[in-house]
Amino acid sequence: MHIPDGYLSPATCAALYAAASPFWCVSLQRVKKLLNTRMVPLLSLSAAFSFVVMMFNLPLPGGTTGHATGVAVSAIVLGPWASMLAISVALIIQAVFFGDGGITAIGANCFNIAIIGSLVAYGVYRVISAGAAFGSRRRFVAAAIAGYASINVAAFITAIEFGIQPALFRDATGTPLYAPYGLSVTIPAMMLGHVTFAGVAEALLTAGVLGYLQRTRPALLAHRLTGRPSTALANEAGTVGWRSLKPLVAGLALLLLLTPLGVLAVGTAWGEWSAEDFASVEGRNQIAAVSGNQAPPATVPSGLQRLSSVWTAPFPDYAPPMVKHESFGYVLSGMFGVGLVTLATMALGGVLRFRGAGAHREA
Amino acid sequence: MARVRTVKPRGFIERSLEALVRALGHAIESEEIAKSDGLLQHLDPRVKLVGFFSLILASVLSRSLVIISAIFAFAILMAMCSRVPLLTLVKRVWLPILIFTTIIGAPALFMTPGQVIYRFPILNLGITAQGARSTLFLLARTETAATLSLLLVLCTYWTHLLKALRALRVPAVVVVVLGMTHRYIFLLLETARETFESRRSRIINSLRGSESRQLAVNTAAVLMDRSLQVADDVYMAMQSRGYDGEVRVMPEFRMKRKDYAVLAFLLSLSAIAVWLGR
Repeated sequence: MHIPDGYLSPATCAALYAAASPFWCVSLQRVKKLLNTRMVPLLSLSAAFSFVVMMFNLPLPGGTTGHATGVAVSAIVLGPWASMLAISVALIIQAVFFGDGGITAIGANCFNIAIIGSLVAYGVYRVISAGAAFGSRRRFVAAAIAGYASINVAAFITAIEFGIQPALFRDATGTPLYAPYGLSVTIPAMMLGHVTFAGVAEALLTAGVLGYLQRTRPALLAHRLTGRPSTALANEAGTVGWRSLKPLVAGLALLLLLTPLGVLAVGTAWGEWSAEDFASVEGRNQIAAVSGNQAPPATVPSGLQRLSSVWTAPFPDYAPPMVKHESFGYVLSGMFGVGLVTLATMALGGVLRFRGAGAHREA
Repeated sequence: MARVRTVKPRGFIERSLEALVRALGHAIESEEIAKSDGLLQHLDPRVKLVGFFSLILASVLSRSLVIISAIFAFAILMAMCSRVPLLTLVKRVWLPILIFTTIIGAPALFMTPGQVIYRFPILNLGITAQGARSTLFLLARTETAATLSLLLVLCTYWTHLLKALRALRVPAVVVVVLGMTHRYIFLLLETARETFESRRSRIINSLRGSESRQLAVNTAAVLMDRSLQVADDVYMAMQSRGYDGEVRVMPEFRMKRKDYAVLAFLLSLSAIAVWLGR
């Protein structure tokens, strides 16, 4: 899954560096505050562990072997923020020192594996294991699912990054300049290997390492696995709060401010066509123009026709029906979307805190 | 009685050992080449870092196969002037990337829509001009960028490379973490190798699948446990030597006239490559 140089366009690489930067800033601040002088050795050794474990050949059911990244183990043991940094450092060293992954693609690889992987692993683990007793079977299963989910979500994001290249970056003759396959090829191609082998390897490694550490070093994991603030590490974790999220919030606010740029875009995004686009002459011309002059099917694809009536969005085409001005409606939709995501995140956080508190009372 | 599927000890242990030893071997080889008396070894690490990064960027930005090939040829020339054995480049970059990218890119020859330049008679598969060009782009860019990256690492001590990162305003704490990670990777590689070796020396029969999985996972868990213990030990050692959380980096390098000239040359070359290959 380590993307080499040349597979992604410089614009995509730059965008993914930009996407990763706020996470790096926030995690650096949070981890610094959390661990203070302990940060440097802990991160270094964790990164070194991730690096080495990526070289392990894991025997899988069926007689074959596979590699794991160890991202879920790091996320569960160290927490998502420290894990993001540790895995990023391991990936940077792999790219620069061992040539595994490109230098221009470091941002992309860190975003996919270190950031998305850590967040997914930690989130899945916390949700499934919430309220479960320390050392219980549910925690073991949660670790396995977290490992499986993290690597597959990371692979899916990577597939999307590959898949959008030919639609966005072609020369005058229609030659794809970077990764040559569309989403219809990249998603199944990437997911096949990850759903079957890499995902299983990650699940085995995560569950196995967590199980081993629960048996041999329960004190090490107690604070993470029970959510109980039994160590200085976890005590401080609770006091970091929203202040250290400032760069992330600032980054998101900047993206929100840039939302009006979308109004300047002409036509429809490639592949996001509606049944009406296939039916109208203007829509068909636009589809052909952005698809290397390949004519769209003569009739509306039957699947698209059938499914387009299943769900009607409240704000179709980012334009709420009650707002007459299209640009204003677009910006309003952006604000509404961000608000909705923030509310959902807060609600999830509330549920996790409530379940965690319930588990403490039971203990 | 049901037949139990077994995994030969040679299988995953040998392969893991091979990967670990290969990584150690690469590191030793890099140190040896960085010591030798060549063109790139005499340059300021910051010049190499900025200059090579600009060349990599130029090869990725360029939309001309000729320009990318010219950058690749320039990289080979630099390798030869820096006493980097071409066999090292073949083994570590050219051949693995050729195999990997060919596997990835070959279907694009047939799947990319465009003008058919050759059709296989029996299979009725047509290679398109656009598909061929796209595959060549992928191969040329990947080979060129990877060759430049490897040259940079082979001709520069890792510690110098890290210090050079400070010139790009990378925070000192990140540079220190990168340096310390690199140092302890070898300790953990050695620990993992010894663990596998000691286990292998005790195995006289084939392992069952579940046993081999248990062995691999336990080794990883022991390694994690060990790395956290070492982190504690290192922290104590750092504190006992007066570490207060403030990161201080050793004195900077000094640029000579030759370094400025090479930097200007590499940046100009990259700019010209981007302009000609636009």
